[in-house]
Amino acid sequence: GLFIWHLKSTGIRQVPCQFMHLCRVANDRLITFQYFTFLKRMYVTQYNRDLSQRAKPKSDSVASPFRELQQLDQEKKVIHKIRPISPVHQPLSETTRGNELRETKSAAETAEAVTPVRAESKEDRQWKEMKLRLDDLPGILARLSKIKLTALVVSTASAGFAMAPVPFDLTCFLLASLGTGLASCAANSINQFFEVPFDSNMNRTKNRPLVRGQISPLLAVCFAASCGVPGIALLTLGVNPLTGALGAFNIFLYTCCYTPMKRMSIANTWVGAVVGAIPPVMGWTAATGSLDAGALLLGGILYSWQFPHFNALSWNLREDYSRGGYCMMSVTHPGLCRRVALRHCLALIGLSTLAPVLDITTWTFPVISLPLNLYISYLGFRFYRDADRSSSRKLFFCSLWHLPMLLLVMFTCKKSFLEKEDKGDLLGGNHGRAMEIRLP
Amino acid sequence: PPAHSRNDWIGPPDKHSNLRPVIFYVPPEESPLERRLREARQEAQACNQRFWARQNCAFHQEKEEFIYSRLKAKGLEMRDETGQKATLNAEEMADFYKDFLSKNFRKHMQYNRDWYKRNFTITFLMGQVALARALRWLRWKKKNVGN
Repeated sequence: GLFIWHLKSTGIRQVPCQFMHLCRVANDRLITFQYFTFLKRMYVTQYNRDLSQRAKPKSDSVASPFRELQQLDQEKKVIHKIRPISPVHQPLSETTRGNELRETKSAAETAEAVTPVRAESKEDRQWKEMKLRLDDLPGILARLSKIKLTALVVSTASAGFAMAPVPFDLTCFLLASLGTGLASCAANSINQFFEVPFDSNMNRTKNRPLVRGQISPLLAVCFAASCGVPGIALLTLGVNPLTGALGAFNIFLYTCCYTPMKRMSIANTWVGAVVGAIPPVMGWTAATGSLDAGALLLGGILYSWQFPHFNALSWNLREDYSRGGYCMMSVTHPGLCRRVALRHCLALIGLSTLAPVLDITTWTFPVISLPLNLYISYLGFRFYRDADRSSSRKLFFCSLWHLPMLLLVMFTCKKSFLEKEDKGDLLGGNHGRAMEIRLP
Repeated sequence: PPAHSRNDWIGPPDKHSNLRPVIFYVPPEESPLERRLREARQEAQACNQRFWARQNCAFHQEKEEFIYSRLKAKGLEMRDETGQKATLNAEEMADFYKDFLSKNFRKHMQYNRDWYKRNFTITFLMGQVALARALRWLRWKKKNVGN
């Protein structure tokens, strides 16, 4: 939906078709809202199940089954990965809205946990032969690469591409999206490869392919290499070296810094936020070839968004994190956890105001996005003050639709490339000429 | 697992460690490399099982003790009038989670190092075994084609 809408909109000149624009935006928003209510219901179901299972009498298995998010995914698990999507790989979400890109990590990962649990809870109690079945392979690889989280990452990268002030180049866009998607698959696979015993012990992640022995670690690593190498090569050669370098750096940051750090220090959350912020920057550099203020602003917005999203998610997973040995703010520094979430909700307001200053959007953007950002800040404040399950869940669910909505509004308020060129001509033509030189 | 099976079998998650046990198939013509791989995997499995079973049991036990001590401090019993187990809310449990995590930090650090080493070794051995098998198959193919 988002892709197609992007492609259609780039041909639109803002002035004459403003009304149609708004109509389309409104429709798209309705669709995504409906989808989010659907995801919300899935989350609530998953949460409820987790809750009721935790209340089971002790005679049952000690570690009753229930994350990304996260880690997240959901992990929407989202859920997973979240998260989703998963990276959530199967069932309902995939078949009904397979191409919907508006899922978040946790949504994906949690949703991932939902359907496999429903479908395979009986089979779970049986011994299974560790033989790779070829018809299962696509599903297994989808879960291994957290496909829904990857889809979200690709959509933020395409948002970065769309926001760049250059004429829309379809081939470049597709190559950048594909490269980013492959890089994300590789990073997620390596992450799962590293975390097998830990994933087994957490409700959110215990149905992952490596945990269940559906695929060997060797195959997981080979898959990661066969996604990562072509992905980065595609970005470096097919788009530009800067995007390729960013992609490779992001893979490194995620697998070699964030994943081990999760067990060593609470600073992992900040590293993880950078990991989430890089894809839109990659989208921007893919379009423009340079790292300008706009790219950093988009990255900044995604960086700030990660905190209310993840901190709220992790608030309810404290038991699993503590038992599994994960160093998360919500466990060791709960006050800091809530303060940081609130701080970054407020930062979003500031960053949105910065967008027109940097000539990325018109001044309508901070105006329209203010209610969105105020609402999430309000929920962030409630979370800060109340510090309970309901406020954290409200903040988390809000973050799921807040980001797509914000990016959507940003895109509709994007400063038209032609407008900027006119402005450049007004200023004596040098600006315009400089832009012409940049075009291929 | 059935006797005629030529593959490893993986079972349901263990009650204490949440890890899935694997029964390894020992082929009659197992090469030394393959034996090293199998033994490494068995050792890793045993080590993981020990660690997590101990961690999880310790966690649940300490959690019970914590709840008991807190309830006693509040003057409540473990079970209320209806016979339901009394629990503490999330905020009170948070102290316990924080405490447990910091207490076990060093243990986790050591386990992490150990696990990463084992994981890499096993995967590398798997790669070597796969390569050796592929070469053997190619040699067999060439021999057959030659004949």
